[in-house]
Amino acid sequence: MSILIDENSRILIQGFTGDKGTFHAKEMIAYGSKVVGGVTPGKGGTTHLGLPVFDTVKDAVAATGADTSITFVAPAFCADAICEAADGGIRLVCSITDGIPAQDMMRVKRTLLKYPKERRTLMVGPNCAGIISPGKAMLGIMPGHIYTKGNIGIVSRSGTLGYEAAQQLQEVGLGVSTSVGIGGDPINGSSFLDHLRLFEEDSETAAVLMIGEIGGPQEAEAAQWIKENMTKPVVGYVAGLTAPKGRRMGHAGAIIAGFGDSAAEKSEIMKSLGLTVSPSPSDFGTTMAKVLADRRAA
Amino acid sequence: MDVHEYQAKELLAKFGVAIPRGGVAHTPEQAVYVATELGGSHWAVKAQVHAGGRGKAGGVKLCRTYHDVRRIAEDLLGKRLVTVQTGPEGKLVQRVYVEVADKIEREFYLSFVLDRKTERINIIASKHGGMEIEEIAKSDPSAILNLVVEPAFGLQPFQARELAFKLGLNLKQVSRAVQCIMSAYRAFRDLDANMVEINPLVLAAEDRMVALDAKMSFDDNALFRQPLVSNMHDPSQDDPREVVAQQHNLNYVGLDGEIGCIVNGAGLAMATMDMIKFAGGSPANFLDVGGGASPERVAAAFRLVLGDANVKAILVNIFAGINRCDWVAQGIVQAYNEVKPNVPLIVRLAGTNVEAGNKIIAESGIPLITASSLADAAKKAVEAIKG
Repeated sequence: MSILIDENSRILIQGFTGDKGTFHAKEMIAYGSKVVGGVTPGKGGTTHLGLPVFDTVKDAVAATGADTSITFVAPAFCADAICEAADGGIRLVCSITDGIPAQDMMRVKRTLLKYPKERRTLMVGPNCAGIISPGKAMLGIMPGHIYTKGNIGIVSRSGTLGYEAAQQLQEVGLGVSTSVGIGGDPINGSSFLDHLRLFEEDSETAAVLMIGEIGGPQEAEAAQWIKENMTKPVVGYVAGLTAPKGRRMGHAGAIIAGFGDSAAEKSEIMKSLGLTVSPSPSDFGTTMAKVLADRRAA
Repeated sequence: MDVHEYQAKELLAKFGVAIPRGGVAHTPEQAVYVATELGGSHWAVKAQVHAGGRGKAGGVKLCRTYHDVRRIAEDLLGKRLVTVQTGPEGKLVQRVYVEVADKIEREFYLSFVLDRKTERINIIASKHGGMEIEEIAKSDPSAILNLVVEPAFGLQPFQARELAFKLGLNLKQVSRAVQCIMSAYRAFRDLDANMVEINPLVLAAEDRMVALDAKMSFDDNALFRQPLVSNMHDPSQDDPREVVAQQHNLNYVGLDGEIGCIVNGAGLAMATMDMIKFAGGSPANFLDVGGGASPERVAAAFRLVLGDANVKAILVNIFAGINRCDWVAQGIVQAYNEVKPNVPLIVRLAGTNVEAGNKIIAESGIPLITASSLADAAKKAVEAIKG
């Protein structure tokens, strides 16, 4: 199955004709993603990379039947672009953009809730590398060749640390069903828990690698959910052991602001709730291999 | 982004929060001038630094004469104030704030935070003002009142009123408190704050509710639309290494270890620092060069990291995705030749075209140590310092 995207996802590029939109659209198309068009207000009616450009998401959806979008839109306008996509009927919006104001994301999430559950949009990101279901589709900016198709799900806040994980898995002969980046911001479209739930239901996923970092309640929340609901094994890691309190470590959400925010605390919580914690960021592959071997032996 | 107390008060006052009468001063003479203009007979002279704990550190003094105002201002200005929050190096006091010290009937706690669990603006209030919220949480948790604001509607007056009645105020005081809470909420929302703390919020004479101290910090991602706030930035309060980093658009946090780090991606950078610790070393900094590891950026990163006298080795860890390792390697070689670092340089490349990248480094004639994995890189960095 894989989760979120596959070869049938009909993808719109929001911010299609900008530099980033153009570059990454080309990469996604080359990977085999079904990109059906893009949106750049004011350029509707033109063609770009051989695909139609539209002024609005509604126009694009009506013409192409798109159900998925990715935003390469500047921070000042991105929250609005996400809301436009939701209103236009897009079911999955992935936002790559780094720099969206936190209160904008607060309002975006609240806005998404106004739609009835059956047509509610799932948002991934912002400030993430995107989503890839190897061999099927890529909705993001990751280097496709480091992902082998397989049965390990990855859910990560960090982009490049997620690439590191995929490469380590490849090195021990393991592949990926889907890798999702939930992004580095304090308020994100979807949390670890949201994707673990999907991985638990996915017949193609046998185990999950969960990569967190300092700041925020989502790792602990996910670990609690895992203990109570998940049958598949989860290997976890929390980056930022040496991060000092109160300093923002790159990502807007990577800051130790209160109890439970540190890497050490989160690691302990994960261990106590039944996750296997990778002893270092160099051991993702070997730890996962061992967990799977132990499962088979049991 | 943080601002000083006097700036936080200025901003809150714009939105309607009552603040004591006061004025900022850069010299002892100005402090006296402000006191004379304010009138009255008691003044607080307060060091303006981006840190809490000023009172306990001697940074806030009550004065009854102009002579005392001048003396305190002289003692504080131009010196570094060390508080429990500043670290041993303290923060430079370049301004003092002189305020009329009015009678205080009662003290309360009021703060606003963008809470990550609820993904909403949370308001926290308590009858126990003038204490740290963590202390109140320990000594009397039932005294902490909590209110979550629904983003679709904003803060409603009845919510503020319910909170105010729980603080044990009479009707006139409640209406003043509601006005204060609504005003501070609007400031939080309209200025893109991520934290506003009024501690203490005092009940003064004639039922006035006044913000006796105020702290505000703002969402860096929103500064593009907050020119008034961004104009209040005070680099004298930042780590000087980070001021330089900002000028070069590099994401840098200074630490106190010996192994400098240059990495692409915040999570990978934190993981690299973790790996150094596991290998028995200590990281000198966090540095995310982001998506563009061009020769110019790498050179700027080298210079920034080398600017730290503690650095005895540099670990470069680049996972090239869209970038390619051969381009990155060329950039590193070029930057090395420009900057000529005098400490061991360990380079770990991964991702697209990694063999080509490593070949370029090997053939460059530069004494770079290449590493294959994260663990290998950290191990070699730690060895390079010992060796």
